[in-house]
Amino acid sequence: MANIISDETIEYVGILAKLELSGEEKEQAKKDMGRMLDYIDQLNELDTEGVEPMSHVFPVQNVFREDVVTNGDDHEAMLANAPERREDSYIVPMTVI
Amino acid sequence: MSREYETVIGLEVHVELATKTKIFCGCSTAFGGAPNTHVCPVCSGMPGSLPVLNRQVVEYAAAVGLATNCTITQCCKFDRKNYFYPDNPQNYQISQLYLPVCRDGKVEIETADGKKTVGIHEIHMEEDAGKLIHDEWEDCSYVDFNRSGVPLIEIVSEPDMRSADEVIAYLEKLRLIIQYLGASDCKLQEGSMRADVNLSVRPAGTSKLGTRTEMKNLNSFKAIARAVENERRRQIELLEEGRPVVQETRRWDDNKEYSYPMRSKEDAQDYRYFPEPDLPPVVISDQWLEEIRQRQPELRDEKLARYKEEYMLPDYDAKILTSSKKMADLFEETVALCQKPKKVSNWLMVETMRLLKEQEMEPEDMAFSPENLAKLIELVEAGTINGTIAKEVFELVFRDNIDPAAYVEEKGLKTENDTDALREIVEKVIADNPQSVADYRNGKEKAIGFLVGQTMKATRGKANPAVINQLLKELL
Repeated sequence: MANIISDETIEYVGILAKLELSGEEKEQAKKDMGRMLDYIDQLNELDTEGVEPMSHVFPVQNVFREDVVTNGDDHEAMLANAPERREDSYIVPMTVI
Repeated sequence: MSREYETVIGLEVHVELATKTKIFCGCSTAFGGAPNTHVCPVCSGMPGSLPVLNRQVVEYAAAVGLATNCTITQCCKFDRKNYFYPDNPQNYQISQLYLPVCRDGKVEIETADGKKTVGIHEIHMEEDAGKLIHDEWEDCSYVDFNRSGVPLIEIVSEPDMRSADEVIAYLEKLRLIIQYLGASDCKLQEGSMRADVNLSVRPAGTSKLGTRTEMKNLNSFKAIARAVENERRRQIELLEEGRPVVQETRRWDDNKEYSYPMRSKEDAQDYRYFPEPDLPPVVISDQWLEEIRQRQPELRDEKLARYKEEYMLPDYDAKILTSSKKMADLFEETVALCQKPKKVSNWLMVETMRLLKEQEMEPEDMAFSPENLAKLIELVEAGTINGTIAKEVFELVFRDNIDPAAYVEEKGLKTENDTDALREIVEKVIADNPQSVADYRNGKEKAIGFLVGQTMKATRGKANPAVINQLLKELL
């Protein structure tokens, strides 16, 4: 494995992804991520000179909606998905403002 | 202060577009609905839901780009900006990073120091977040997703501004352009226009930029001006003390007139953007762009020139009348009804501006009709009511959009032009006020004013002061 992921990197990626990883999971994640980067390195060997970067697989463009209201008030159904609700609001633990 | 400093300011302006529906779903964008009543699986981030772009958002964004001299990116794409915050149910915001819809624009601003050009780095389309209400007691937050997915454009300026005056002039310019296009109402108080201020200072004459801070929570032009001044001073003080300016986001508290750093985000600035896989690219063909160009309405600068030319209004008047789309529309519609541009201009410039200021209202909040203003002008012109009464009636037109003709009729406010009836009243006033009469006869010209006042009072303000004056002089 050419790419070695440091403890700091896996710690940082964990913070970004809001994941709490155990020591064992961290080691596994380091290995997985190293292998992924190795694969990317392999792709980087290809000559892509003059090739447009592709972000979509299908040759589709300009898929639009017209600006017309099609959805009504469906708050009961929507709030049924809420882990916690109070009156007509979703309730979440307070985060830093 | 030992050295001179130069302030360098760039702005990020978010504008909520005036579409009927959200950017990626058919939910209403109406402001002020009960919590979570304009919400669907797309804008509440339910897994498996798919966004579909609102065509009107592209049209508005391109229209603003054209009006600010931008190059339109004819093949543009959306990108995913990842961050965790409860106002953002998907844990990412769909925005544009790599290929924003507009780039390299500029607008001309004017301050007391003269004219200058402010560059526009880019304009991109994105979705707004939901609203959180924090409950300190319960240690929880209430989430309302009505605003989640409301379309925004973010206009990023170049760091071309040097003072609070220039910042305000630039914002006013953007606001007028966007209001004239009908792309947004741009109300700072309601948050349909929001400005983040990036500011740094550097010793005058140097070219290297200092470390900048970003200021948020600026809800009025006054707050922006205060925040700019305050942050400029804070950074200069730090530098004078030999301490560094920390690159951070700060929140302005306009009541206390100071700012404080927001959560330190050593982690949060890493948004890990990547191309949005759920949305195909947007291609704006030459033909589509031309159609948008053809639909551009008359903008402020053109209207200003036309008012001076067509209505023969002085520059000062034309500037005030065109300083808001609402005011300009009201002016033109009223003139179309009564054909008296100078009179309409006077009512708008004097009484309307006074009432707006007195009641701390924006021109956009005005609710009276051009028909009623035109009727009021006709009543004055025909001599049916005098100037004093007209001002009183106008206050009611302004407040409740009453029909002035019906009101004047109903309250019996017509000017007393019946000279015989007036003569009787004047005679009585003369009889009742011998002292003033004596004063006047002894050469105190001013004493007549008191007698005119007494007569006006006796007629409950309905008489024509010129006629009273004439009668008094005749009888004395």
